[in-house]
Amino acid sequence: MSVTFLLLILVGLAVVGFFFGRARALSTVQGDTRRLHSLPQYYGAHVAIFAFVPAAILLCLWLAILPAINGFLTQNALDPSDIPEGRDVSLVMEEVKQVAAGLDKAVAAGTITAQEADQPEQIIDDLRARFGAAGVALGGDVRLSVLQAATTLRDARATQRTVLTVLLIATALAGFVWAARQITPDHRARTSVEFSIKVLLIASALVAILTTVGIILSLIFNTVEFFRMFPAADFFFGMTWQPSFQGESYLGIIPLLWGTLYISLVALIVAVPIGLFAAVYLSEYAGPRTRSVVKPLLEILAGIPTIVYGLFALLTVGPLLVDVFGKDGLLGVTWMGGGTSVMTAGLVMGIMLIPFVSSLSDDIINAVPQSLRDGSYGLGATRSETIKTVILPAALPGIVGAILLAASRAVGETMIVVLGAGAAARLDLNPFEAMTTVTAKIVSQLTGDVSFDSPEAMVAFALGMTLFVITLGLNVLALRIVRKYREQYD
Amino acid sequence: MLDNTIYNERLDTMNDVKISARGVNVFYADTHAIKDVDVDIKDKMVTSFIGPSGCGKSTFLRCLNRMNDTIDICRVTGDIRMDGQDINAKEVDPVQLRAKVGMVFQKPNPFPKSIYDNVSYGPRIHGMARTKAEMDEIVEKSLRRGALWDEVKDRLHAPGTGLSGGQQQRLCIARAVATEPQVLLMDEPCSALDPIATAQIEELIEELRQNFSVVIVTHSMQQAARVSQRTAFFHLGNLVEYGETGQIFTNPTDSRTESYITGRIG
Repeated sequence: MSVTFLLLILVGLAVVGFFFGRARALSTVQGDTRRLHSLPQYYGAHVAIFAFVPAAILLCLWLAILPAINGFLTQNALDPSDIPEGRDVSLVMEEVKQVAAGLDKAVAAGTITAQEADQPEQIIDDLRARFGAAGVALGGDVRLSVLQAATTLRDARATQRTVLTVLLIATALAGFVWAARQITPDHRARTSVEFSIKVLLIASALVAILTTVGIILSLIFNTVEFFRMFPAADFFFGMTWQPSFQGESYLGIIPLLWGTLYISLVALIVAVPIGLFAAVYLSEYAGPRTRSVVKPLLEILAGIPTIVYGLFALLTVGPLLVDVFGKDGLLGVTWMGGGTSVMTAGLVMGIMLIPFVSSLSDDIINAVPQSLRDGSYGLGATRSETIKTVILPAALPGIVGAILLAASRAVGETMIVVLGAGAAARLDLNPFEAMTTVTAKIVSQLTGDVSFDSPEAMVAFALGMTLFVITLGLNVLALRIVRKYREQYD
Repeated sequence: MLDNTIYNERLDTMNDVKISARGVNVFYADTHAIKDVDVDIKDKMVTSFIGPSGCGKSTFLRCLNRMNDTIDICRVTGDIRMDGQDINAKEVDPVQLRAKVGMVFQKPNPFPKSIYDNVSYGPRIHGMARTKAEMDEIVEKSLRRGALWDEVKDRLHAPGTGLSGGQQQRLCIARAVATEPQVLLMDEPCSALDPIATAQIEELIEELRQNFSVVIVTHSMQQAARVSQRTAFFHLGNLVEYGETGQIFTNPTDSRTESYITGRIG
């Protein structure tokens, strides 16, 4: 039976268990729910959980360890001599799996009968054509040893499915019966159900954490792998970024980091004052009606996809800047060669960050207790004195946190940079020059046909790791600042 | 606003009146919170406002320094004069008014700054000190008036929020007297404090009376009887009775006042 069907059976058993458990609990007290320890549905849920959860866990474990067992079995079926000189075992294993899957598909499509599939050696010469008829493309003719291994794999899988079906249904039934037998008026079904819910909540929290840990681990391993191929000193202190897939690459991160920080700086110089002033206006001066219109409007800015901002940078802001700072421009200077530059990307990114800064700061300013405002007004302070000397200092840690969050967004931004800042890795002070960032280079190193055994591709992981460390550092700093000053008021 | 003849008619004949309110009405959106209240606050005396919760005594208190201006939906009508000057007149800046009429709130609300900065806040924004030495002097004097100097003189630069509740409230009082107000409004200043801190504040109010006229809103009738010379009883937005404290508590003329102070309504 297929896994989907097995899951359906489990769900069915759980549903039956729910109604059975509830009915049984009611019948033990002749329908008088007051004599039950818990509400009847808790007894139902108790049975349902015991019918479903242990079997589901078993299924997960089974699916997790099965590939390893099958790999071991198939590899045993292959002779060492079957593996061609200079080729990896894993490649042959892939071939075996492909053939096994092909057989299944061909049987399903009817180009091979089930009997033939059990003894595929007899139709080995015909196999490629028949696979083709079923829509399965093979790279070459099937070798006998591979075919035999594939047959072993198919046999093993068939056995495993039977075993799994029996095991699962037995587990589910055992859980069902065990839980159902526990039901007495005094049984604490609610406690048991609530414990299960707690476990579910913990598991959900763990998913996010474990995924992050997994991503970090994969970044670390690949970064270490990269540093085996490319000297770390050249990466961290190299002043030139010039990858070339023919070899002789210069993979220095400094120009990229410089571009990242420069563009982020421009973005923050745009976003922080504007965002902060907007927040002060919204929270202290605007009436409720203005606020209810303006705040959502500002937040819409945060919902615009960054690629749209990128287009805006490329098509509107870039040419506009060239008209002012470029050749034959308004100012008569030739600081700017083309539309793509640090300024273009920075300005647009700053606009993107305004709602971040303003929305977070607005919330923070609103969280400053009214009693502090009253105290200040009560002493004869004007509104602007109150804002400058009481509200902003009280809200400062939160505002710094908001700014750092915006900064880590700026450092990680990609699309605006790709379209607005150009692709040239350059160390330059002129903000009207095209430069590029770490994120943009990760994209360009990994687009197209890439083989992950060259430093030119693996450098993406080291770049990603560096970026991750920077944003992590910013976030930790933000958290620490917020925590340090949080208890200032109240 | 009332015209001058009615104003003069209603004007209390007694001298040394600091603030005189005539025909004050307050509306919160559609709610009529204060109904036609007349009160005279006398100089260098403690006046207490008593009454059940929601009777409008705090709202009325906030009319006296125009703190209700900070609430959008609040509308005040009527005539309130301080030293004969209409405080709701166009030419009166509420900011200037609040420097003359200080306020202490129900919950201690020190700013998240040092004790020194809390006290020097008012003098600084009103430009009352030209040098650091003058400011130090103002801070010390105010903290002494707030009966807090001895407890905090060694840690003037520690955060004001780190003090105990009673100390915080005394800090707020010191902060309010630092701007040299003529009137001090106190909105239930002891409701968040324990009996010992309350006794300290009450002692302080008695001393402050030498220099300021004090208006205190309180829920405790014993407190009103202890600290004030004159008492006003509010009920459902009306000023029911106003007079000498001793007379209000021993021989009230209105049956509602009697019911309230004997605990039958409230």
